[in-house]
Amino acid sequence: MGIEQKLGNMGVVTYRLEDLVNWGRSNAMWPILFGLACCAIEMMSSQAAHYDASRFGMELNRPSPRQSDLMIVAGRVSRKMAPVIRRLYDQMPNPKWVIAMGDCASCGGVFNNYAVVQGVDEIVPVDVYVAGCPPRPEALIDGFMTLHEKVRGEKLKDWA
Amino acid sequence: MISAGSDTIQELTVEELRAKMGTGMTIEDPEEHMLLSMGPQHPSTHGVLRLFVELDGETVVNLAPDIGFLHTGIEKTMESKTYTKALVLTDRMDYLSPWSNNLAYILAVEKLLGVEATPRAQVIRVILAELSRISSHLVWLGTHALDLAAMSVFLYCFREREYLLDIYEMVGGQRMMVSYFRPGGLWRDLPEEFEPAVRHFLDFFPARIADYEALLKNNPIFLRRTKGIGLISAEDATAWGLTGGNLRGSGVNYDVRKAMPYSGYENYVFDVPLGTDGDVYSRYRVRIGELWQSLRIIEQALNNLPDGPVNIDDRKIVPPPRSELGQSMEAVIHHFKLWTEGFNAPKGFVYQSIESPRGEISCYLRGDGGPKPARVHFRGPSFVNLA
Repeated sequence: MGIEQKLGNMGVVTYRLEDLVNWGRSNAMWPILFGLACCAIEMMSSQAAHYDASRFGMELNRPSPRQSDLMIVAGRVSRKMAPVIRRLYDQMPNPKWVIAMGDCASCGGVFNNYAVVQGVDEIVPVDVYVAGCPPRPEALIDGFMTLHEKVRGEKLKDWA
Repeated sequence: MISAGSDTIQELTVEELRAKMGTGMTIEDPEEHMLLSMGPQHPSTHGVLRLFVELDGETVVNLAPDIGFLHTGIEKTMESKTYTKALVLTDRMDYLSPWSNNLAYILAVEKLLGVEATPRAQVIRVILAELSRISSHLVWLGTHALDLAAMSVFLYCFREREYLLDIYEMVGGQRMMVSYFRPGGLWRDLPEEFEPAVRHFLDFFPARIADYEALLKNNPIFLRRTKGIGLISAEDATAWGLTGGNLRGSGVNYDVRKAMPYSGYENYVFDVPLGTDGDVYSRYRVRIGELWQSLRIIEQALNNLPDGPVNIDDRKIVPPPRSELGQSMEAVIHHFKLWTEGFNAPKGFVYQSIESPRGEISCYLRGDGGPKPARVHFRGPSFVNLA
């Protein structure tokens, strides 16, 4: 048989580096502890006991952007808040991902007015949009899983 | 500590910092004391708030809040919606207790129209407003304890909150943004499962409050971080316009439910818990007391829930039931008019206060005779408590 089987018999597992790194990244993704509005409460719900986001390695919120991989923009982004979000995003080390949670972060939602940025993708690149006002915790968890799938498919050549 | 949004404080001179903060803050000792910019992204700023703080060791000497990170133009947007459609925006003002915001706005609209909800609708409103007080206080208790490093209380509180959110979903079809109270009544009558679910909650919740108390009441870390901290005297609290638990923690007996009863609150027997010391611990005791009082009110309301319609009999305000749309041309016209144009409210203005979980929330509403409010303004309790 192949070399995998031979090495396996010797107690060695071979694996592609790409897959291994992506597996690690997708299973220990630390979101930044940062809530804006209503969606932040549903984000807290999804991390509390009932929905238990730790099943997906997502429960550990880091208060510092330097230690986080993922920014969940949970809520409406006002014009005053926009530069803060951009700065936090810039402070996060690569690789980093962004989930736009809820209608306001995705497209402005019900707040089609002067005060609210019409979608956080005007400021930072967004990987996954989660719809809902606010999205249920299940929807957010689905967003997590979608993002994990995306991360697992990332290519070595794109890392740099 | 992260300083986001502008230059870090170290890069600024004291004069520049003072200019940045406007007139508000005086800095006593720029050489010895530590100047910090706290927030808007900070683990303990629930809701986005930025604080400029002057610290002497661990004592806060001076503080200037920087607010407006969540300014979303709600009042202006409401002017472009009809009275019914503007309701959905009130949900999103204080998202921990959407029911209270709905109630303040709906009572103002009804006052402007000169109508009063049916007895059944009023009792249902009281039940849901009190459930919302409990679910809001659960988030407060959980995060309050979390900030003082008691993680498990947070998990327990959110477990009970999920039960309440399930009830809201059963009633209004949404977990948080329900928009269930409508001008002239309610969206629909309560489902059958509502009463058993709430009775079950009344059964198990007292033991859960005892659980939270057991975790915190005699916990020396919790006590040292709450007793004698954040003192507010009764005079200061009144002068600053504090309301809700913040005011009653200082021993001032003011509760809108007692002072200016609405929705039939005068028919219920309940106490207003008062604190004695005006510190964080007193406010904690007051809010725990409110949990018990809310349970009392809900029990009385459930026992005296009258039968009858939940909407007033005025087709100019309340849309006709679905069943009539197939048979009555008039019903179709009313339905069409209400959902395209809305109802006209008379000229004039009203002011309506209610007691939300955070304090007194009031709605000023001015009508110009048309289907849209000419001006809406909310006196938000948290804004006044912070400013």
